Amino acid sequence: MNGRPEFLVSETEVNRIIDVLLKVHGIDFTGYSRASFTRRVQRIVDRDASGNFGALLERLSVNSNYANLFINEVMVNVTEMFRDPTFFHALRADVLPQLKNLDHITIWHAGCSTGEEVFSMAILLHEMGLLKKTRIVATDLNSDALQKASKGVLPSKMIAEYEANYLSAGGLGLLSDYYAADFNSITVNEFLRSNIQFKQHNLVSDGFFGAFDLIICRNVLIYFQKPLQSSVVSLFKRSLNKNGYLCLGTKESLLFAEDRFAFDEVDKREKVFRKKGS
Amino acid sequence: MTITLEKVEVIVVGGSTGGITAITQLLSVLPRSYPIPIIVVLHRGKNANSSLVSVLQRYTQLIVKEADDKETLTSGFAYLAPANYHLLVESDKTLSMDYSEPVNYSRPSIDITMFSIASVFGPRSLGVLLSGGNKDGAEGLLKMKNAGAQCIVQDPEEAVLKSMPKAALKLGAAAKMPLSKISELLQFADT
Repeated sequence: MNGRPEFLVSETEVNRIIDVLLKVHGIDFTGYSRASFTRRVQRIVDRDASGNFGALLERLSVNSNYANLFINEVMVNVTEMFRDPTFFHALRADVLPQLKNLDHITIWHAGCSTGEEVFSMAILLHEMGLLKKTRIVATDLNSDALQKASKGVLPSKMIAEYEANYLSAGGLGLLSDYYAADFNSITVNEFLRSNIQFKQHNLVSDGFFGAFDLIICRNVLIYFQKPLQSSVVSLFKRSLNKNGYLCLGTKESLLFAEDRFAFDEVDKREKVFRKKGS
Repeated sequence: MTITLEKVEVIVVGGSTGGITAITQLLSVLPRSYPIPIIVVLHRGKNANSSLVSVLQRYTQLIVKEADDKETLTSGFAYLAPANYHLLVESDKTLSMDYSEPVNYSRPSIDITMFSIASVFGPRSLGVLLSGGNKDGAEGLLKMKNAGAQCIVQDPEEAVLKSMPKAALKLGAAAKMPLSKISELLQFADT
């Protein structure tokens, strides 16, 4: 079957995929928001199934390389440097100054994808003179994205936009000071990456692994249904030091989190929360 | 052509260039007690702030708000798709966001919202496509129509840019009407 696929995956078929991914491969997508997840599944089915859903499901069950590919592609990995410049401006002006007197700063980027936001943070820390005493742990479920991130190599096609974002986020220099440009990619300078550890972590099933002063998790909760959002926020609460900060995406909230009262909202627009000292 | 609003549980309106003026005209006739929630998807700048909400609010008694993650569709509200996210509807009638690649060079994409409305609401939805300079929304309307929804486009002859409604007409996805007629028909929902 070529051209426009007319085969639309049904709810039942999406459930069967989720079932295989969980029971055969141990990755749990049951708590993911269905509309977006179904879209991603549809994309892969359009490309790989040739109208034969049964064959795709079979392949997904028996071929773990394919399953891994599927898992990496079914998640949204789109990210940018200094996405939402006003947020990074708030980090620079309001959040990081509160942490600057700590002996060491620990930051967790949850759902870091290919690392663009983590590198943005490193630049910010460097410009504030805080990079050397900061340790960043950046995690994602997507092994492919993590591998890219750990090399510090980013596609250069959006660099003009990143430059603009960086400046409107209050950047002190030029973004081009921080990378080496190649034909169609850029490599982020080594000194920015030396304090970053990229590691695989599944927010759904992997638990606590350290205590942090700042957790950045932007545009991840949107892919989760309310109960999963709640359990992830609980993990964040447990993983934050007293008075630690939690930053979510512009459209996200703590409304559906059981632990919402453990936080104060410190920036309503930029979705910055602070764990209460108690 | 007439439309029946009895069974309609959601109305989605999409537009691009010229769409803002057109949508204000539609929203302006609807009362605060309008029984059907409305989803508005307009192409807008990436780092757009929420001023579009207050612009639209000036023209309507409905409460205009930017959609938030997982909020439940409620009558009396017009939900604006936020800048730089796709807006989707879940089967429990909550709204959700998706930050995946732009579609038709657009995020939010009208097609994406309409696809999810087609699969969740089917015949219990109504789609309107207004003025715009590309073809986003045409496929979406077609999918809605195939799912049993009622679909209308603004008459291209009166649209600031014709290509969006024209693209939908070319697919046979909708009937065309002047805005004045569309707003007249929308008003007849039982309030």
